Amino acid sequence: MCDTCGCSDGGVRITAATHTVEFEQDVLAKNDELASHVRAHLRALDVFAVNLMSSPGSGKTTLVERTIRALDLPFAVVEGDQETLLDAERIKATGAPVVQINTGAGCHLDASMLHRALHSLSPARGSVLFVENVGNLVCPALFDLGEAARVVILSVTEGPGKPLKYPHMFSSTDLVLLNKVDLLPYLDFDLDAFRRNLTAVNPAAATIDVSARTGAGVAEWCEWVETTARRTLPV
Amino acid sequence: MHEMSITQSVVDAIVTRLGDATVKSVRLEIGRLSGVVPDSLRFCFDVLCTGTSLEGARLDIDEPPGRARCRDCGAEFGIDDFILLCPCSSANVEVLAGKQLRIHSVEVA
Repeated sequence: MCDTCGCSDGGVRITAATHTVEFEQDVLAKNDELASHVRAHLRALDVFAVNLMSSPGSGKTTLVERTIRALDLPFAVVEGDQETLLDAERIKATGAPVVQINTGAGCHLDASMLHRALHSLSPARGSVLFVENVGNLVCPALFDLGEAARVVILSVTEGPGKPLKYPHMFSSTDLVLLNKVDLLPYLDFDLDAFRRNLTAVNPAAATIDVSARTGAGVAEWCEWVETTARRTLPV
Repeated sequence: MHEMSITQSVVDAIVTRLGDATVKSVRLEIGRLSGVVPDSLRFCFDVLCTGTSLEGARLDIDEPPGRARCRDCGAEFGIDDFILLCPCSSANVEVLAGKQLRIHSVEVA
């Protein structure tokens, strides 16, 4: 019954007209735009940025500490963790400038977080910037931060199947550092199976065996950093 | 769960472009190789739309399959995971489709 004049509505259905707006827009467009801005800014400063990604406990921070002490280059570090300043304090002890990002409930860094971090870090011209992502083999893979290179660290205690289990992470990386190789004599880690699994998802990825604890392989990793920085940055 | 921030990007992009126009439905394209789980995204969508101009909007998700091309033999073939191997057994393979993560269109009242 019509409230206005009391007539019957006679079952008439009235549907509000809708119209469709074509978007054709990448969901991550905003992140990717900001990542491009970060990348251009870092290039202009001759800063070589590496996005370090891994599971929690793979040895990222130990490797960063050792690399800073091994290479005679200016470094700057951005630490990403859900909580605490623990890793930033370790890096601070090396003398390198460091900024800690705490993501709270967040499981990855994105370009806007790195952008804000860089405003307070101001890395020196010609430095190597290590961005230690939140320990997680899933979410960080999807977010471009504006880095020049991606490096995944896998420790041998995690097993050789990880490239197949986390293909997004391993297919998007330039290099895999196989860490904690000093533990190999005590484990059943199958090196050949690991390399086969990595090749299956990313035939182009390089690998270096390292032990951040003993220093084995660190010279080769440092050489990769220097060579890749030279190749990436304008002369 | 990265689906939460992915979904927030979707809501933000739509609100930025359409202001407070009432959104009736959203069509997304989530490629099978995109690394995003449609079911998780649906869950996040309902949560994040509450209190916005998208509240109550229907979410339609197209899931285009993956396609790849072999750089060695030139063959094109379908893929549904990241084990990129051409039937000719070459792993020198380029992904052509399936990684897209796009807002296709939005229906507005």
